[in-house]
Amino acid sequence: MAHSAINVFFAGNNFSRILQGLWTSVWIAGASLIIGLILGTLLGILRTLPNKIIRFILRLYLEFFRIVPTIVLLFLFYYILPRTFHINWPASWMAVLAFSLWVAAEFGDIVRGALESVPLVQKESGLALGLSRVQLLRYVLLPQAVQLELPATINLATRVIKTTSLLMMISIMDVVAIGQQIIEANNQKYPTAVFWIYGLIFFLYFIIDYPLSKWSKQLAAKQNR
Amino acid sequence: MTKEVLRVEHLNKFYGDWQALHDISFTLHQGEVLTLLGPSGSGKSTLIRCLNGLEDFKSGAIYFKGQKVETNSKNWQELRQKIGMVFQSYDLFPNFTVLENILLAPVKVQKRPEEEVKTEALRLLKRVGLEKYVNSYPRELSGGQKQRIAIVRALAMHPEIMLFDEVTASLDPEMVRGVLQIVTDLSQVDHMTMIIVTHEMNFARQIADQVLFLENGKILENTPGEEFFKHPKTNRARGFLTSMDF
Repeated sequence: MAHSAINVFFAGNNFSRILQGLWTSVWIAGASLIIGLILGTLLGILRTLPNKIIRFILRLYLEFFRIVPTIVLLFLFYYILPRTFHINWPASWMAVLAFSLWVAAEFGDIVRGALESVPLVQKESGLALGLSRVQLLRYVLLPQAVQLELPATINLATRVIKTTSLLMMISIMDVVAIGQQIIEANNQKYPTAVFWIYGLIFFLYFIIDYPLSKWSKQLAAKQNR
Repeated sequence: MTKEVLRVEHLNKFYGDWQALHDISFTLHQGEVLTLLGPSGSGKSTLIRCLNGLEDFKSGAIYFKGQKVETNSKNWQELRQKIGMVFQSYDLFPNFTVLENILLAPVKVQKRPEEEVKTEALRLLKRVGLEKYVNSYPRELSGGQKQRIAIVRALAMHPEIMLFDEVTASLDPEMVRGVLQIVTDLSQVDHMTMIIVTHEMNFARQIADQVLFLENGKILENTPGEEFFKHPKTNRARGFLTSMDF
């Protein structure tokens, strides 16, 4: 009874709970992105320095976060870190921490790549005008790097938003976790609710991620022209 | 006798084991124009880049107005404010407008008042005939226009020497004259001290007070300008002038 199953949205406060779950996912993704982008910019700049030791350490850091599956990262931050280091933060903060470090690693690599692909003569003509290293970065290299790194950054943002669906694994009431609760609670009354709830969740993720991915494609096409 | 601005003594430069510059020595006085001539790969660009610290060197010394140049990055940053440079590729910053390109270094590095620099920038732009492009972005300009603005951008720093590294080499032929005219004016009107790497022989002959002829990183001739073109001393220089169809 498809018509009746759609009523599951409006039973009790189901719909507002789903939106609340969505908000949890969105703020965790948003906070992680903001922290991660700031930290990643610093890491990216550090990785363009000639110091081999710094570069090696940051490379290790990047590879660690790239290779370890996100779900393992979340478990690590939720189960192991608090016990070993006696950090008693709420689960959502631990998630923000794990995601931020992941974003910082990946974004650092994007920033490094972008800084390195700014033509050498731009750097030299900045230096020839007497700019200091910091001024060169601030006025010449970073603004040009932002243009180059934008598509990859948006892409990273969409991946972070999608990955928030793993948050339920560390008992955060994100949109997927709440969806499952609703499905289980209404299993008797609305057997096809699973289709509607997941359909709604799909739709919600889609309306957040699709414009972003479209934007990044457009920017990339513009740059290739 | 005019004042000495730049003196290079026994400069040697290596890339790994390969010696790019051999025992380079010369002196440049205020208001003089020195042109570096020679075949491609002779070390002209390497030499001019050593003079504002974009390349380091192994031994030898550079004296700026009688003071030995300490070759650390802090000191080079100070000195580069007095040594303007224009490159072969059009090197305006694409993220800034023409005016912002010109204002950046005088305002941020020299901390001069923005209004004052702006007035000067507009005067300089007028001089090179590009005042209407003041708010354009570099991508809206032709190569020749960008190169003229790169010259203005360097001049706005009030340099005591200007270095020109093959500034017309990648321009359309019809753009070349306008740029060379500006460089010529700088010498004749402003008596700017300049070092010029060029393949434009007519231009070099007209503007050079002194010619360094380089091959394989060595100075083969160091002659007054007119003399070099009339009576080159070495066979190599004669061959070079003939091959340049000049």
